[in-house]
Amino acid sequence: MPDFDQLIHEDRVHRDIYTDETIFKDEMRKIFGAVWVYLAHESQLPNIDDFFMSKLGLRPIIVTRDSSGKIRALYNRCTHRGTTICRKESGSAKAFACPYHGWTFLNSGKLKGVPWPEGYADDFSDTKFNLAQVPRVQSYRGFIFGTLNTDAPSLENYLGAACGPIDQWLDRHPGGKVAISNANRLKFQGNWKLAYDNSADGYHVVFSHRSLLSMENRLLTEDEKGMSYYKDKPDEAPMYVQYLGNGHHFKDKRPNIENRPGALWKVEGPHPGMEGYEADLRARLGDKADRVLDIAASEPVNINIFPNLLILGNHIQVLQPISIAETNTTWYGTAVIDDDNELEGTVDDVNAIRMRTQEGFPNFGEVDDLMNFEQIQQGLTAEEDEWIYMHRGLGIDGRISIDKNGIITAPATDEVFMREYMKEYKRLMMDEPNLTIQRRIE
Amino acid sequence: MNHNPWKTSHYINATYYAELVKNFTDWQRDENEVRDPILRDGCRRFVEKDANLLETGQYDDWLALFAPECLYWVPASQGGGDPRKEVAIAFDDRRRLEDRVFRLQNEFSWSQQPRSRTSRIVSNIAVFATADPTIFMVRSNFIISEFQAGDKRFYTGSSSHRLVDTSGSIGEVSNQNWKTLVKQVNLIDCDQNLRNPSIVL
Repeated sequence: MPDFDQLIHEDRVHRDIYTDETIFKDEMRKIFGAVWVYLAHESQLPNIDDFFMSKLGLRPIIVTRDSSGKIRALYNRCTHRGTTICRKESGSAKAFACPYHGWTFLNSGKLKGVPWPEGYADDFSDTKFNLAQVPRVQSYRGFIFGTLNTDAPSLENYLGAACGPIDQWLDRHPGGKVAISNANRLKFQGNWKLAYDNSADGYHVVFSHRSLLSMENRLLTEDEKGMSYYKDKPDEAPMYVQYLGNGHHFKDKRPNIENRPGALWKVEGPHPGMEGYEADLRARLGDKADRVLDIAASEPVNINIFPNLLILGNHIQVLQPISIAETNTTWYGTAVIDDDNELEGTVDDVNAIRMRTQEGFPNFGEVDDLMNFEQIQQGLTAEEDEWIYMHRGLGIDGRISIDKNGIITAPATDEVFMREYMKEYKRLMMDEPNLTIQRRIE
Repeated sequence: MNHNPWKTSHYINATYYAELVKNFTDWQRDENEVRDPILRDGCRRFVEKDANLLETGQYDDWLALFAPECLYWVPASQGGGDPRKEVAIAFDDRRRLEDRVFRLQNEFSWSQQPRSRTSRIVSNIAVFATADPTIFMVRSNFIISEFQAGDKRFYTGSSSHRLVDTSGSIGEVSNQNWKTLVKQVNLIDCDQNLRNPSIVL
């Protein structure tokens, strides 16, 4: 095993953690297996018998809402010969029949039957023939996670201090919930941690996203849209970054925005239809329009749940490692559900605006970051040049504070969140977790 | 009230969305296909011009192919989906389309440093009449080969152009009179993870 004390220092990390195949292989077990990994959102399988194809690390998974209503994460791997039994990204099925030899499994994972069983000496009611499944699957307010680690804490304890920001992110919507629509899907040729390192990085914004900031403000005399508050002296702005424990971090840019209805909408960059819809909603809703428009606008937070769930703006972004130097980053759009008509009949309009506000960043911002991540992976091929620095803010008195719950707060451009999650990463990589699969149907 | 679509966005409204979804549903019907070889060839030349201007980076001329109130639409769902409920790879009104070109030409858009080189092939043209005698739908297939930073990759799929003859009568298809109301680009892998989809398709 590599010596992680040598690879991860207080101020820097070694290139090997982004380039070494054996480390990647270990990560798929010690992280994407041992901690709670985000699998799907409940709105992607709203009804009994719905399923959604996912991955736990590199393991192909079918997340099902079985015929009794229980959410499960089944291995998409026939017990017989290993074939994937589900090849549709989502849908509804009471059972999955393997295309290869016809073994059929209920959506609980239980083997329903095999063709010509008289050719076998076995008793097929033996649980060893059921599909493997993730032994621990839990949801937090619609977000479904799974872990193979019997020693892991409860999901709620794992999320810990991140529950607060997640609650606030949800509770700004009617009914305290959102539903996933579809996604902006991107990928890059780089290690998955490059995206996680970036997820609360306030230092890169005005550089990596320079073209986006110019674009969003090109029709104005002064920059006031989007993330313009990163210009000049971002560390003196009221926004902050926090390390929340267990690898999770939180960038809160809300304090930069005036605390009044309509302030969020006001900084929203130009999007198709926004002026027309705004005029229409103001005419229909009067004073209430500001609060409704804010729901269509992007929430200025980044809530990063280690290792693969990044809640930002109105997006639910999921990181999916493919190989050591290939990562999918899927930006699920979210829609508002208004069961109690809190929006007074305007929910369809809100969602029509919200789809447009959500398209902006993945297409005009993220593509520039992904190019930079790819170029980091290129730069890291230089074997003798070993170190990556994450020491912005380290050793400056009074810059970083820690509260009684251990939550660390620092100015917006600080890299403390990287240093802290790397400590957790190191702890996990030096541990040998107790991973199990389950075949018994519970 | 008259609004300048280069500055503010008013025309993308509930009525526009409803019409858009209707106009892009079930429109490739045999009985509406235009057989007239001159009109068909004019539409073919228009669509080829669109591709060639993008290939050579003549973005101002390319933008001029579009009507003032236009749409460049790259759905993220097979068949287009419903843009009121779904995000797209691109759903650009006039202002957003000008934004896109502005960003593409900005030396700080790192996804386009170095700039992609492209070669674009357009074929399988079919032209369809609509209920409005001045508006036609043109279907084409495309292959875009892209070279960037030592890597070659390609986009493939079909485009649907909704074209209008702004002269009010159907004359020869020319870049002066004919304008694109909507260009919809349907990638065969639009619902899959794409690497650096930053060029205009």
